[in-house]
Amino acid sequence: MSEKTANMKVVEGSYAVAHAVMCCRPDVISAYPITPQTHIVENLSQMVADGELDSEFLTVDSEFSALSVLVGSSAAGARSYSSTTSQGLALMYEVLYNVSGMRLPIVMNVANRALGAPLNIWNDQQDSVGARDVGWLQIYVEDVQEAVDATLQAYKIAEDAEIRTPIMVCMDGFILTHVYEPVELLDKEMTKEFLPAYQPANILDPANPKTFGAFADPSSYTEFRYQQFEAQIKALDKIEKVAREFEETFGRYYGGLIDSYHAEDAEVVIVTMGSVIGTIKDAIDAMRSEGKKVGLLKVRSYRPFPVQALRKALKDPSVIAVIEKDVSIGSEAGLVTDLKAAFYNSNIHTPIIGFTAGLGGRDITVKDIRKIVDKAQSARKGMQSEFEFLNLRTEIL
Amino acid sequence: MEKSLLAPGHRACAGCAMPTTIRLVLDAAGPNTIVVSPTSCLEVTTTPFPESAWCVPWIHSLFENAAAVASGVEVMLKRRGKDTNVIVIGGDGSTFDIGMGSNSGMFERGHKILYVCYDNEAYMNTGVQRSGSTPFCAHTTTTPAGSQSQGNARPKKDMPAIALAHKVPYVATASVAYPVDLRRKVKKALQVNGPSYIQVNAPCITGWTFEAGLMIELARLAVESGLWPLMEYENGELTGVKKVRRPKPTAEYLKLQGRYKHLFRKAECADMLAHIQAMADVNIAKYKLVD
Amino acid sequence: MAVKAGSLVDACSTRMTKTGAWRTFVPIVDHGHCIVCSLCEIYCPEGCIHQVDSGDEETLKKYGYSPKQIEALPRFRRIFVPDLNYCKGCSVCANECPHMAITMVLEEK
Repeated sequence: MSEKTANMKVVEGSYAVAHAVMCCRPDVISAYPITPQTHIVENLSQMVADGELDSEFLTVDSEFSALSVLVGSSAAGARSYSSTTSQGLALMYEVLYNVSGMRLPIVMNVANRALGAPLNIWNDQQDSVGARDVGWLQIYVEDVQEAVDATLQAYKIAEDAEIRTPIMVCMDGFILTHVYEPVELLDKEMTKEFLPAYQPANILDPANPKTFGAFADPSSYTEFRYQQFEAQIKALDKIEKVAREFEETFGRYYGGLIDSYHAEDAEVVIVTMGSVIGTIKDAIDAMRSEGKKVGLLKVRSYRPFPVQALRKALKDPSVIAVIEKDVSIGSEAGLVTDLKAAFYNSNIHTPIIGFTAGLGGRDITVKDIRKIVDKAQSARKGMQSEFEFLNLRTEIL
Repeated sequence: MEKSLLAPGHRACAGCAMPTTIRLVLDAAGPNTIVVSPTSCLEVTTTPFPESAWCVPWIHSLFENAAAVASGVEVMLKRRGKDTNVIVIGGDGSTFDIGMGSNSGMFERGHKILYVCYDNEAYMNTGVQRSGSTPFCAHTTTTPAGSQSQGNARPKKDMPAIALAHKVPYVATASVAYPVDLRRKVKKALQVNGPSYIQVNAPCITGWTFEAGLMIELARLAVESGLWPLMEYENGELTGVKKVRRPKPTAEYLKLQGRYKHLFRKAECADMLAHIQAMADVNIAKYKLVD
Repeated sequence: MAVKAGSLVDACSTRMTKTGAWRTFVPIVDHGHCIVCSLCEIYCPEGCIHQVDSGDEETLKKYGYSPKQIEALPRFRRIFVPDLNYCKGCSVCANECPHMAITMVLEEK
């Protein structure tokens, strides 16, 4: 957690992220508006208009076009940026695979929001969790400061010659985009040193003509996918390394692949991603003062999924409770499923129970966390339910 | 055209108009060019991994986003102060239908991009299915002629009009059978400081079914019958038309193609033949194709 | 060939595939009738018709012509010939030649 310094300003989360993007010096930004991402792109366009940011800013005709424009600009050598959420991310789905398959290091802030139908503009993580297989790296941030820091780290990771994989920096919509918090904004000079100019090996250039995006038949397609798979495995180290480098330069560390809070001797460990961590930490502080041994494991890198890091971090909790803002209809939910898979072949045989909460922007309170911990404690005696919807309003069903 | 910028060895059908179109466009544009293509016959036949027929930089992304991808390329080139040509070469399936949104955005934003549509009037790459460009009464695999159907029931979408509605400064139709005209139009379009659109008639031997070697002859007949008028619009004004000395009856063009053969077999199709001739007559009058 | 990340491919590399193997009919040029108008070169979808010196044995050999065929060519002329490595025998050149100087002949292999 960052300490208060003289450079801290109270700003809107979206402004802080836009400022971070500005410091990263993208060549091309393309934007299509969708709540709650709008303030990010509005701030960026104002920065361009005021001469603070030297970027080509395109207002495009759809999110599909927004990301497609960046395919072209990135292939032509541009550091590229966009931001979206929910319906927009879903509309980009085809292009997401295209970008990762073409190994273009595009960075995108996803202002997590629920997907319709039914239409809902409030926060949950169905959009990006639902896109976990498209080949992008995914980092989930817990507060505005981390959103700022992770955006800068994202470019450094993505553009690394061994990685060359696009990355989504996921921040809970409204909760982190529209909140006003004290934030230490990035320093332009320090950022320039931390993140030098983008210099890809191959670009669209008549001086050295190459063909991008040829079609691959069964004899070679698998090997392309394998290369991407390998790159994400390399990213496990890279994400941690960049987070530490960032700490050395800027003095802040939010975890690399994961982070933990009072998890070492915890009997109940809560595992989650995103801004609900703030609420959970408050709940843990309260419960610890009552003598309850509760702890938190934050999953920061969701893709690549940090299997080894998670196995090492858990000593011997009695029960694990996963809370997440997404649901996998017909199964359970993304994080809990990935977590169970991560532990299955290990020597961690702790019972894991899953909760989906906060869908469509429903608030998660300290009381809700206590409820989860109580349910987890009863699960120690015998698992009643492996997976449930927290705070289901049965009276309106 | 000593050193063609499209190498041989590509997998296009023998006698396909698309590679001829590409060679003419690239010959006019020169090597200081980047080409963007959507998924299409063009894309699969010219770039089967690990080979590519393109001697200029080329990029393929998806079926419906060539114009958007080209926009990104153009913006970055402009930023670097390069005067490299950015050309989209795509089929009618992408241009008329699935890529419509992308195209509209590119035209509206005013990027300096030449969009060349090689129009073979159906989704040929996937097996000759009907597109928005398929002409009236053409047989395709999704608008087949049968006892209950006379082929495609809808008229061809007027894509040049859509480009004009976007105030695209240079809009033209062209044909592989008029290579000098096509090259001239490409050179002219590349001078425009904004978007340009050229629609090239590209007969498809596999989809239209005709005798080997008739590719150019059919393209010529399309123009001479008035069904494919060669015209150019600059800043919304009609500034150029290729006159036709002696217009040929449309039947002469249609009867060489398998996709129209049902029109000549059934008595009830006489109306349709008349309708097609009327469409050609409208063009002849509208564009004053005959002096 | 090794896969390059992002399915990146070298330019002009389809030259390694000799599509001449596709054809059934081969174009034979009667150089006596040919007026060297270059329309065949313009229309060819493969771009494989080239203008050469009839004495340029090396290039003609590269295009797949036998010593006997090269011997039979008219002397000291610029001629148009299809590169037999790539010609698919589509007949467009034969159909369009304004002087009917090209005939499609069933190829004996």
